[in-house]
Amino acid sequence: MARFIARRLLQLIPILLGLSVLLFAWLRALPGGPAQAALGERATPEAIAQYNELFGLDEPLIVQYLRFLGRAGRLDFGTSARTGRPVTTEFLERMPGTIELTIFAMIFAIGVGIPLGYLAARRHGSWLDSASVIGSLLGVAIPVFFLAYLLRLAFAVELGWLPGSGRQDVRMDATRITNFYVLDGLLTREWDAAWDAVLHLILPAIALGTIPLAIIVRITRASVLDVVNEDYVRTANAKGLARDTVRRRHILRNALLPVSTTIGLQTGLLLSGAVLTETVFSFGGVGSALYDAIFARDYALLQGFVLMLAIMYVLVNLLVDISYGFLDPRVRVR
Amino acid sequence: MTALGDVRRRRIDELAARAGQVSEGEGGVSLTKSAVRRLRRDPVAIIGAVIVVVFLVVAAFAPFLAPRDPLAQTLLSEIRPGFIPGSQEGFPLGVDNLGRDLLSRLIWGSRQSLLIGVVATVLGVIVGMALGVLAGAFGGWVDSVVMRFVDIVLSIPSLLMAISISVLLGQNQYALMIAIAVTQVPIFARLLRGSMLGQRRSDYAVAAQALGIRKSRIVFGHVLPNSLSPVIVQATLSLATAIIEAAALSFLGLGDPDLARPEWGAMLASAQGFLSIRPELAVYPALCIIIVALGFTLLGEALREALDPKFRR
Amino acid sequence: MTRRHTRALAASAAALVAVTLSACASSDRDSGEEGGEEQTGGTFVFGATGDPAMLDPAFGSDGETFRVSRQIFEGLLGNELGGTDPVPELAEDWEVSEDGLEYTFNLQQDVKFHDGTDFNAEAVCFNFDRWYNFEGLAQSPSASYYYQAVFGGFASTPDTPSIYESCEATDENTAVIRLTQVTSKFPAALALPAFSIQSPEALQQYNADEVSGSEDALTYSEYALEHPVGTGPFKFESWDRGNGEVTIVRNEDYWGEPAKLDEVIIRTISDGNTRRQELEAGSIDGYDFVSPADYETLQDTGAQVLVRDPFNILYLGMNGGNVPDSGANPALQDPRVRQAIAHAIDRETIVNSLLPEGAEQATQFMPPTVDGWADDVTTYEYDPERSKALLAEAGATGTTLRFFYPTDVSRPYLPDPAAMFQVISQNLTDAGFTIQPTALPWNPDYLNAVQAGQADIHLLGWTGDYNDAYNFIGTFFAEASNNQASAEFGAFSAPEIFAALDEADREPDAANRTEMYQEANRLIMDYLPGVPISHSPPALVVAENVQGLEPSPLTAEVFSTVSISD
Repeated sequence: MARFIARRLLQLIPILLGLSVLLFAWLRALPGGPAQAALGERATPEAIAQYNELFGLDEPLIVQYLRFLGRAGRLDFGTSARTGRPVTTEFLERMPGTIELTIFAMIFAIGVGIPLGYLAARRHGSWLDSASVIGSLLGVAIPVFFLAYLLRLAFAVELGWLPGSGRQDVRMDATRITNFYVLDGLLTREWDAAWDAVLHLILPAIALGTIPLAIIVRITRASVLDVVNEDYVRTANAKGLARDTVRRRHILRNALLPVSTTIGLQTGLLLSGAVLTETVFSFGGVGSALYDAIFARDYALLQGFVLMLAIMYVLVNLLVDISYGFLDPRVRVR
Repeated sequence: MTALGDVRRRRIDELAARAGQVSEGEGGVSLTKSAVRRLRRDPVAIIGAVIVVVFLVVAAFAPFLAPRDPLAQTLLSEIRPGFIPGSQEGFPLGVDNLGRDLLSRLIWGSRQSLLIGVVATVLGVIVGMALGVLAGAFGGWVDSVVMRFVDIVLSIPSLLMAISISVLLGQNQYALMIAIAVTQVPIFARLLRGSMLGQRRSDYAVAAQALGIRKSRIVFGHVLPNSLSPVIVQATLSLATAIIEAAALSFLGLGDPDLARPEWGAMLASAQGFLSIRPELAVYPALCIIIVALGFTLLGEALREALDPKFRR
Repeated sequence: MTRRHTRALAASAAALVAVTLSACASSDRDSGEEGGEEQTGGTFVFGATGDPAMLDPAFGSDGETFRVSRQIFEGLLGNELGGTDPVPELAEDWEVSEDGLEYTFNLQQDVKFHDGTDFNAEAVCFNFDRWYNFEGLAQSPSASYYYQAVFGGFASTPDTPSIYESCEATDENTAVIRLTQVTSKFPAALALPAFSIQSPEALQQYNADEVSGSEDALTYSEYALEHPVGTGPFKFESWDRGNGEVTIVRNEDYWGEPAKLDEVIIRTISDGNTRRQELEAGSIDGYDFVSPADYETLQDTGAQVLVRDPFNILYLGMNGGNVPDSGANPALQDPRVRQAIAHAIDRETIVNSLLPEGAEQATQFMPPTVDGWADDVTTYEYDPERSKALLAEAGATGTTLRFFYPTDVSRPYLPDPAAMFQVISQNLTDAGFTIQPTALPWNPDYLNAVQAGQADIHLLGWTGDYNDAYNFIGTFFAEASNNQASAEFGAFSAPEIFAALDEADREPDAANRTEMYQEANRLIMDYLPGVPISHSPPALVVAENVQGLEPSPLTAEVFSTVSISD
């Protein structure tokens, strides 16, 4: 197992190298260049030349790339043009919010998706089945930002049940330790702060979790339908095993195998796919920072965030593959 | 194998492998026949097909169907900040914030959405297929290089990728199409490669090789045509994704800069400023996007089931 | 089995209800805490559109940075509450010498900075000398923009001389500032937040002048990021960047009327709909840049829309074609083509349909409230037929214009750029032009592109910094270099306009100066380097229970007069 993981980690290196070349080339190809962005539109050509010399932006691209790589290896992605702070600091400060949001979104998607998918399959052909199929297709077809607006309009503005933006009430003077607000609240026993953070997570988590929910419903349904018709289930039934035992031991366990991989895959996607949701809910995570960076042409932040997100995505997928190996003996790594 | 997106790839490969089974199992003609037969009995397929056909007809005949010029700011002088005239004589759905007939803009908007969706998907299919064929046909280091490249692209979430490309290419409708196309390339590349690898070992490919038929002929005459059905399924599903992604990019301000040209995503984005007084301006284009995306998805899913031997019981 | 599922569902439904109920409970409790009538104190949460760039106003040039500065800092001069005229602030009064070169400021006594050090003439001169002696990257236009706009160059830049000569503390409470040249900007410009007087001790302790950089960005000092120290009614408390929240608290030792609020939180919410919905949901108490479409909806919910007097100008800039390699359309060098554009634009409809109530059509590049506005400039009324005739006469029918407009931004003078672009585009198309649109994100792409002269025509505007004609027309049309205007207007060459502006700026007598600026306005509108379109009243909004926020035409609101009741 250890050798398998080590080999997989080694195989990451060429991919990350390729990705860094792409990102570096992409950012250097942009009009204006970093000097113009840093010094402002009224900067004189002399000032720009001076700046380029000062920071080695006039050196050959390959030299610049190697320097970038050297720094990136130490997780130094430079300074955000918009905030003037190290990109890595920004990332570490914002990632906890996005992770919290992703976890809540997945809890929602799994908690609703698996029971719904299972029920739909067990009552194959019923109205519940058709509704869940259509609903899951609809869930994928609604633009996320539109759904987010609808949710906020209904539950935050019209009904006033839930907060509609931010990660915590600004008037709340909560202690920050890990920047996971829910966790911080629990650690410091500031129960109201933790609860407030949970409330702030509900609407964005539903908006973000809708697509994974739809996918999980579909996969669960399909895989339960598959399994029900497998020989071993028929055998088990024929043996006269209790229906409950058959369901638990044979159907659910085997059906959940493909579902678990979907869950892992979707988790990886959500970590980085929250740009629209976080923006609509003014949620201070990685996604909303990316959105701002796009418009402020904050190249360093874009570069660093995309690279770090890609690494996280890859690692999450690796975890999924490893856990898949545990779940399904057939896929045990040789 | 690498660690990257293994699961995602596994699913694509699975789809590809099934296509291989089909072509090995029986001839293409009977496959098509039975697929059509099954599609005609499937209500999901019928609903999907009807939506898609209506959408295509509206897009094709927009100039004849639209009651008014979608660009004419007819009622602009009646508009006040905080007031946009609603439905009235000659304007069944009312007008937008610049006094243009909303119905006509929705009808013309179908054209633009179709154009973006089709061009982006076709681009994605062509480039993806080319890469997949390259990798599948040559194997060896070509395969490694191509697949490593595809892995890199797959490791960037598609929305981020599309945003990056739009930023790089500047704001125009071609950039929008290319941005969406690039996110689809890896899907089709893997699909084709997997399907071709599966068929390289198939009886007829081996037989053809033994007969001394040129490699290119085997690839283009036999292997490629047999790989098409998963591509068609995936392309139908991709059209839905493309239309939704175009809306998202427009919402992010990266859409077509010529805002007068009606496009659903852009209409939805520009209606954000008037949600408090005329939410319909956002609701109608959103409904159009949802319904059309749903139509393509239903049709795609139905096609997948119809072409999939597993479902033929 | 089925039953068990149903029970699980019921349980989760119950949980949902519980969540809902407690949500209601907690919002009740919050409003309870704010309750109490006519009291001072409390927390005021204000929704801003963006984060401040940093907290040292000397390096600031944007509204969100200054929104924070204005609460923490004060200058020698301030702005009249709700007006545009400069009034004494940290200076009680001042005298100007005969030749207009020497200003003697008599300072307020017994004023302390937030760090407990004394405010005095030494501190004033320390600040002036600080600006004059900026070195290295602090001299970047993106850092010390306003200093350079008012004073010119620095001690270390002999090629670009500064009009600042010296500052002398003649006694504890008297500072004498000498200039090398008369300018109409002085002393009004000293009311700008960029010229706030900051604590010398804190500036030194936290190395305020150390502007460093990296490949990608300027990095400001610890002072500018964490420790701004001024004399104002609020003290800096914290800046939570992840959530975009700046917290400031009441300065208990303020020398003037102390602030009523305990605490102000300025929170960034970039999306306009979110700002509105957050106000309606009660989680913020006010916000800026209200969309004109939302005035009524907001008022219906009881909120107060505070409309500022228009003190800005929106114009359509035209490219004079002298910027090398800009690809500018040479047709615009023909005055008839420029006139055709002016006659094509239906400003009445624009003002009525796109801009908030109270907006006015513009006849020249400054609002009527500024001294120097002329009532007899050449005007160009809406007349598409005339446009077509002028175009035909110039042989330019069908001319293609590359029209640039910004995305993702709302400016006080331009609430909805996309709508404005589409209407003007349609106007110009109707008059026989062909429009080729280019959309760019506002900052930095759009500003860079149009200020480098890359557009044929573009939308831009300006909100005045203080009541001075030069702050408007000087900013746009003063000679930039070698007998050419700025690249934004295609570096056109109009020596008579440059001379008129320069002479007016150097005129010490106010009445004479006004006449000279009126003449400059006539010359500009005859030449027509762009089309002035409108003056528009931007608005902010506060909740029903907020009192005392005075809207400022300069968008220079102070929160010290604000109170919250139930």
